[in-house]
Amino acid sequence: MRCRFRMCGAMSLIGAWAFAACLVAVSSAQEIKVPASVTAGDESVISTTGSGSATFYLVGPGVSRKSEVSLGQEIPLRAQDLRNAGSYMAIVCSGTCQSTGFYVSATKPASLAFLVHPSRVPVGQSDAVSGVAFPFDQFRNLVLAPQTINFQLTAGNSALLSREVRSQDGVAWFRTTSGKSAGLMQVNAALEGITAKRAVQQVASDPCNLRITGQRVATGIVVQTEPVHDCAGNPVPDGTIVTFTATEASGKNTVDAPIKKGIARAQMAASGAVLVSAASGVVIGNDVRIEAQR
Amino acid sequence: MKFILPLILVAATVALMAVALVGPGHARGTVGIAGGSAVGGLTPKADTPEQALANLLDDVQRRNWDRAFSLVSKTSSADEQSFIQDWIGSNGGLRAFSSLEGFDPRPLHITDNDAQMRVRLHWTTPVGPMEDVRDFHLVREGDLWKAVWPKIQATTVPAQVIPVTYLRWDLVSGSAEDEWGSKNIDAPHVRIISMNAVDSAEGAVVMGEVVNEDTIPAFVNVNATLVDGPGSVIDDESSFDKIAHILLPKEVTPYRIDFPNLSLKKVKNVRMDVKAALVPASADPVIGVMNQKVDSDVQGKSVLHGDLFNESGQTVNIPHVIASFYDNNGKVVWVSDGYVDRALLPQSSEPFAVEIPRALAATVHNFHVMVNQYSLGRS
Repeated sequence: MRCRFRMCGAMSLIGAWAFAACLVAVSSAQEIKVPASVTAGDESVISTTGSGSATFYLVGPGVSRKSEVSLGQEIPLRAQDLRNAGSYMAIVCSGTCQSTGFYVSATKPASLAFLVHPSRVPVGQSDAVSGVAFPFDQFRNLVLAPQTINFQLTAGNSALLSREVRSQDGVAWFRTTSGKSAGLMQVNAALEGITAKRAVQQVASDPCNLRITGQRVATGIVVQTEPVHDCAGNPVPDGTIVTFTATEASGKNTVDAPIKKGIARAQMAASGAVLVSAASGVVIGNDVRIEAQR
Repeated sequence: MKFILPLILVAATVALMAVALVGPGHARGTVGIAGGSAVGGLTPKADTPEQALANLLDDVQRRNWDRAFSLVSKTSSADEQSFIQDWIGSNGGLRAFSSLEGFDPRPLHITDNDAQMRVRLHWTTPVGPMEDVRDFHLVREGDLWKAVWPKIQATTVPAQVIPVTYLRWDLVSGSAEDEWGSKNIDAPHVRIISMNAVDSAEGAVVMGEVVNEDTIPAFVNVNATLVDGPGSVIDDESSFDKIAHILLPKEVTPYRIDFPNLSLKKVKNVRMDVKAALVPASADPVIGVMNQKVDSDVQGKSVLHGDLFNESGQTVNIPHVIASFYDNNGKVVWVSDGYVDRALLPQSSEPFAVEIPRALAATVHNFHVMVNQYSLGRS
């Protein structure tokens, strides 16, 4: 029932766990004692009993180490071998093998991974903005111990939301309604002096009460919108397309004009009575009748 | 005796060369290419209007401009330069990248001294084969017929400064070192606002309209998947060039997806998928669509025609018109597109026409025209 190291050494890291289970069942020549709790990046020691020399193996996430040790003395564990949080296995072999496991937990939070969605949101939409924060320690281990994360949303000088959320299994999140004014919304997540900042662009919703005016000129007609706003009074962004359609007896003219400085404007050739309408996306504006020069 | 075989071979070669030069069969294989030759003295005499026109178009096809222009009547108002430009285009327009592949002439009216011919011209272009119908006026000069070539008024733009203050959207991408989650920009929100699937003579067609609901430009593509009763995919296609891919905020484009040689009878379901990506874009140029009217063309086909007017200060090399046609319930019943083969110069206009299928012409109640544009040196 003795396991051969030449064979076991070829095993993968995952296989080592099965191997260790095999060792526990058969070894009793010496004892090892691991620390009750280990924090990532801290040095630690493993106590052993017995006498004589032995071979020590340390297997854990991202580490696999072999060294010669003397039984009855403490085996030092270097800080650099314990940087990754997770389950480790310590194995001591001298004729027979003895193994035991211990867990390395993340140290205190050093950074926050913060995801905010979406990057643009129309104003006044319920549950439209969400954010999720993950605390990590200095070795990029996810901190699973509950942490209190403070989410703050501000637009201009006004605070839209301030909420403290206790993380569960390394995750804390919020969901909220977008503000009423277009502009940049700052979203901050703070934890023990660590702050992650994100920005959400709040944009105007669909145009509301799209109204146009027009007049005749020597070459036809000029039509333009009144300043285009959404229903909350936010100006619709420049570059938004407004389609002007002029219908006259001889046919139809259309111009897709982008809004510039809040107003979309188009010049069209026309003669006689012209009916002009405007639309932006799926929003339709008013009609105007203009008598162009014949 | 030993010279007999070489002599026979030489004689046979000369005979075959002669047949090739004067025979009617050469340069055939494409529609409408009439007999003729680039070798002087071997072109059939232009003693009929049909032959004169065939000789002219044959030389145009070969880009033998001097010979082609010699078949133009002296009474024409065009000079050789404008004649050439009429055929090869200018300013990087679609015609400049096209070749005359063939032609189908048809007499409209012929008297002893005067003839009117209608020719269907077949072009090969970078955007696919195109057809053009053109009327030619020919007159008898002595014992020869010659074409009367009207002087095409080339569009000229006076020197001027046109201030352009329209918006431009640039895209800044994050680098690999950026913190996770700090540089995410969502894809634009686009939505299919209408969809209709019909059977046509060429196969099944899925069409409709897409709107960019966002406040930033979007690169849009629409895909459709036809699914049969048991849920198996029959075919999937994309809108390819039958859509305006770059949509500015709140802009609406028609789309059409063709499934050649497929019938909707087998189709149980159509799965639509619209994909949008963030791209840099400019609100310039603005192209107005003027004098839109549904009418019949010279061949009796129902067409939507009008003029494109370039309101900006840059040349639009290849304008592309996409039109959606609605019935009286506002449902999209057809989407047509067409390329304009001449460049659209600043502050100038060019005519366009797109066809409406004969079967649908009566149901068309309204239409919406979108202009897509390709400009050299700009993506």
